[in-house]
Amino acid sequence: MITYEPWSAQRGQEIIDALARLDGATLPIFHALQAAFGHVPPDAVAMIAHTLNLSRAEVHGALTFYHDFRQTPPGRRVVRLCRAESCQAMGGEAAARFLLADLGIGWGETTADGAVTVEAVYCLGLCAVSPAALVDGEPLGRADGLILSQAARA
Amino acid sequence: MTRVFVPRDAAALAVGADAVAAALAREGVEIVRTGSRGLAWLEPMIEVETPDGRIAYGPVAADEVAGLLNAGLLTGGDHAKRLGRPQDLTWLAGQTRITFARCGIIDPVSLDDYRAHGGFQGLARARLIGPAATIDAVAASGLRGRGGAGFPAGVKWRTVAEAPGATKYVVCNADEGDSGTFADRMILEGDPFSLIEGMAIAAFAVGASKGFVYGRSEYPHANATFAAAIEACRAAGVLGDFDLELRVGAGAYVCGEETALLDSLEGKRGQVRAKPPLPAHHGLFGRPTVVNNVLTLATTPWILVHGGEAYAALGTGRSRGTQPIQLAGNVKRAGLYEAPFGLTLGQIVMDIGGGTASGRPVKAVQCGGPLGAYFPPSLFDTVYDYEAFAARDGLIGHGGVVVFDDTVDMAAQARFAFEFCAAESCGKCTPCRIGAVRGAETMERVISGHDVDANLALITDLCETLKFGSLCALGGFTPYPVMSAITHWPQDFRR
Repeated sequence: MITYEPWSAQRGQEIIDALARLDGATLPIFHALQAAFGHVPPDAVAMIAHTLNLSRAEVHGALTFYHDFRQTPPGRRVVRLCRAESCQAMGGEAAARFLLADLGIGWGETTADGAVTVEAVYCLGLCAVSPAALVDGEPLGRADGLILSQAARA
Repeated sequence: MTRVFVPRDAAALAVGADAVAAALAREGVEIVRTGSRGLAWLEPMIEVETPDGRIAYGPVAADEVAGLLNAGLLTGGDHAKRLGRPQDLTWLAGQTRITFARCGIIDPVSLDDYRAHGGFQGLARARLIGPAATIDAVAASGLRGRGGAGFPAGVKWRTVAEAPGATKYVVCNADEGDSGTFADRMILEGDPFSLIEGMAIAAFAVGASKGFVYGRSEYPHANATFAAAIEACRAAGVLGDFDLELRVGAGAYVCGEETALLDSLEGKRGQVRAKPPLPAHHGLFGRPTVVNNVLTLATTPWILVHGGEAYAALGTGRSRGTQPIQLAGNVKRAGLYEAPFGLTLGQIVMDIGGGTASGRPVKAVQCGGPLGAYFPPSLFDTVYDYEAFAARDGLIGHGGVVVFDDTVDMAAQARFAFEFCAAESCGKCTPCRIGAVRGAETMERVISGHDVDANLALITDLCETLKFGSLCALGGFTPYPVMSAITHWPQDFRR
């Protein structure tokens, strides 16, 4: 389980300020905010735009372009499950169907109790031990549906 | 005290390497964490240092550790999991390891280990012979971009060196998004200093003082190891006035395209730029920029030490040197196999890979990632080099080889190729942005048996538009998986 801080504008501004001097600082700031709060809150967009002297449209455009950045908090556990070809060849889709049915959610959704979010990714570089997943950032290989369910609920 | 080497490569961690290391630590064994040798089916593969050299055991489970120690693990004792000396294993004995010479052997974040295995000699050589001769050596090696495009590295470096401007950049494209590829990750986790040294060589050759590595959020372990390696270099002051920074992408496949990557590094949406101007003239923040893949850069130290001619002596045709081939998917022996260009696809899949993991017949092999063509076994005589693959409407790309058994439905794979392109399109050019969506819809109609001939004709026409009208390889190469599936497995589209 990864615990996130509750959103605080003051903490958010500190994070933004600490990275603002970087060239092309938007992505590092998004990553840092998401690491702290589990997502990039809508309030942060205007703060980033102001600090970096960008328009809100530019910041919003960048934020929404990338699959990784969430605008709402995830579940307490995040399972990032690979759906790319190598994992397909090793039964990854069946494993994914099992996990999603077991949790009663679809791709990108969070269980009603807020325990688990399942996100699709396209390649974790673990293709030699397909099918693969990252569970709260920890790699899991040769993962059938049962193994995934256990890891998601552990 | 006897040392035991346990990989910390993410693929080894994914099958329990940390638990094995913990079990060994509980028994008081001295452990060195390394990268992976690339024999994924034997992971976690551990090695023990004996007077006769290292002895490998694998695959080792944590609950086997006590038994292994009782069997005399620390002296290389006999056990069902004993594999012998790694270099005698067929998989490793058959390879020519240049880019991966140290991977799986050294502690990836130990500068002492790196130096003891020849590290920083290439950079020293470059500084000795000067920028012009450094570029000459890379040009003479025939090294081509290992990211997939295969552009000669020496030509690129020379263009940036000759470009006017006081500020220049070296950017490493470590956005290894192709399914079935993991060589960049293995270098970042197993021998990160080789990449750093290669970037320092490139920076010295072209007159850049700053480098960026654009990595992937899907690779948290690689990022942590690489960040530690950068810190170690800074602390030891080995890079002179060259500094580099790791930046992490955010799940956009298209950012592996070099101009989209540059826009992303600048903090923008990762949209493709029209070329020209080339990044070599007008790259990051508008400055002349070398953009090379991890493998390209990590190979240059070897070239500097041994000379461009030594590297060029390997390979076939216009594909010189070695290619780290990544075998994945439904294959018995998956992993990394570095060999000179010139093997056949059949040798790679059947002899090296051992056929499918499921034991069923091979039906299709996708080479070069999600935008690469599917090859049937009837094309297994295709020689693994850039030109031979292009001649058969395929590409080797970043070196990924993904094997499928006879349960795969090629129409579903063709639909997936369109869906992937639709999801990952940056939206800048119309053929890719709209064509991929229309392609997926039309393929759905084919799969449901609706007006199959007319819809396949439409898809063929659409693929022509994508191929010739797209700004970058995402739209331009999506026709490869689609058309190869239609061409080689027509029966899968008429059920």
